[in-house]
Amino acid sequence: MTLASMARKYEVRKLPEGERQATSAMIASLAAEGYDTIAAPFGHALVEAARKDERILGLTADLGKYTDMHIFSQAMPDRFYQMGMAEQVLMSAAAGLAREGFLPFATTYAVFASRRAYDFIAMAIAEENLPVKIVCALPGLTTGYGPSHQATEDLAIFRGLPNMTLIDPCDADDIVGMVPQMIAHEGPVYARLLRGRVPSVLRKHKPDYRFQLGKAQMIREGNDVLVISTGLMTMRALDAAVQLAADKIDVAVLHCPTIKPLDLETIAAEAAKGGRLVVTAENHTVMGGLGEAVAAGLLSRGIAPRFRMIGLPDQFLEAGALPTLHEMYGISVGKVAEQIKGWL
Amino acid sequence: MNLASRSVARSNVSLELRAWNIRRKALLMGQVQGQGYIGQALGIADVLAASYFHALEYRPEDPEWEGRDRFLLSIGHYAIALYAVLMEAGILPEDELETYGMDDSRMPMSGMASYTPGMEITGGSLGHGLGIAVGMAMGLKRKNNKAVVYNLMSDGELGEGSTWEAAMSGAHHKLDNLICLVDFNDQQADGKSTEMLCSEPLPEKWEAFGWHAQRVNGNDLAAVVHAFDKARAVKDAKPRVIIFDTTMCKGVPFLERREITHFVRVEADEWDKALAVLEEGKPA
Repeated sequence: MTLASMARKYEVRKLPEGERQATSAMIASLAAEGYDTIAAPFGHALVEAARKDERILGLTADLGKYTDMHIFSQAMPDRFYQMGMAEQVLMSAAAGLAREGFLPFATTYAVFASRRAYDFIAMAIAEENLPVKIVCALPGLTTGYGPSHQATEDLAIFRGLPNMTLIDPCDADDIVGMVPQMIAHEGPVYARLLRGRVPSVLRKHKPDYRFQLGKAQMIREGNDVLVISTGLMTMRALDAAVQLAADKIDVAVLHCPTIKPLDLETIAAEAAKGGRLVVTAENHTVMGGLGEAVAAGLLSRGIAPRFRMIGLPDQFLEAGALPTLHEMYGISVGKVAEQIKGWL
Repeated sequence: MNLASRSVARSNVSLELRAWNIRRKALLMGQVQGQGYIGQALGIADVLAASYFHALEYRPEDPEWEGRDRFLLSIGHYAIALYAVLMEAGILPEDELETYGMDDSRMPMSGMASYTPGMEITGGSLGHGLGIAVGMAMGLKRKNNKAVVYNLMSDGELGEGSTWEAAMSGAHHKLDNLICLVDFNDQQADGKSTEMLCSEPLPEKWEAFGWHAQRVNGNDLAAVVHAFDKARAVKDAKPRVIIFDTTMCKGVPFLERREITHFVRVEADEWDKALAVLEEGKPA
């Protein structure tokens, strides 16, 4: 069989000497050099919130340990449901609990929520505008296990779903900040999750930073380039900006952790400050994510700066070590800096 | 949990007459649109009569009363049947009957929670009801609320994997406040359910999934009532299912004899005829 889709069949990937790395285990933390880390920020934030709000429940589909939900299940076993490896009933039952007045947090991997359980999230949760909070690990390219585990299109899938609020947090500061705001928000929320030892990045660059649902915030000012980024890519953009500063390239970073509703007012105001190259950066396919949302928002406001997108290609991605893959697909710090430099 | 001790709505109107009224209202709604899932409505009328006039506890004037038994219509296209029983129960005003399926009606063709008082969930994407019922039954237990969750589903929904995830979950969480009602009319969109994706042997399958299972003739009111009583009296900490074998178009013999399909075609001049035939069979 010689289908084009199988062109790579059985080939050994060729890499330059000295660059081979082992695929890390699934539970490995997403660490970044030079930053402090916080352990299981989501699990601890959820426990803290649940102590104040009796409506909060935790549910998972056999991924408690891998979504930091185990912190909650250990602290509050009576308020936790292990639903087993059954994502459809995970979401339906969360909807049923919400109907009875509870505020369920349901966790799984982003691929399983967006692909397998979509119809249940759409009809049982979103159509009813129920306060179910879906929190999913392994967003975008944060595992080397290949397409079965890489949720490269989850934001595109959920952006099309009315009533949904989407959050792509950058770091532990965002995660700790988003939990109470997800609770205060009345409707359903889908949040991507970084788990394990999660770096604290944003406050290192901007000490008074606080996550605000629905708001984009300038983390770093700069006159040559405006990077509009979300999630993990804000971390990359900030580190790339430091590198580029050494080359006298002045990069601003506007962090947009809320993908929907997108803060187009702030984005448009910043993009309209003339002369800067505008670059979007997302840990997600360039199809239907932050980049296209920003482009559409700017164009419909009559703002047309020089514009480029950094994101994952429209492909099923390869397996391997994350640093190798981040280089390969252009979302490492070095590649982000290199691309921006090339566009100037 | 023994559910039989809960008091239920009673009146001196016989269940036979309730079922007949439900069939009549469904036919009248079908006539408004010149179409509708009338075969299913006529078939399930006896089960709905027993549900709303024997088994369920509710307050017609307060459809969101916290103590109500929850009745979930997983099969959205059976809405015509549920509207009929909601009117019969006084939850929906009868004068809205003629708006069925019209623009600006509260009674759309497929059931949706936000449109209609008494419609607990948005059904229609099949295989959803039982999972939501599992969550509601969990929630009621957390609140020490003694209400029961009923989920009415079709035999076709037994083909959905999500139904079996929910079935396992209901048993795992020992949801003895959950009663699933399966309308087995052996008919789905492309033909006989048993020829599309056979779900038999059904009681054995549900029992193997940890449920208390019964199978009865869903058009024999005495048997239906007995099955509800038995399901509610089970002492074991497990969910209960009743599989109702029903006849599509029950109560209108010339439609019963028609080549039965998922969507029964009724010609424009046949609605009056169907209503007349039904009238002849009106219970005393």
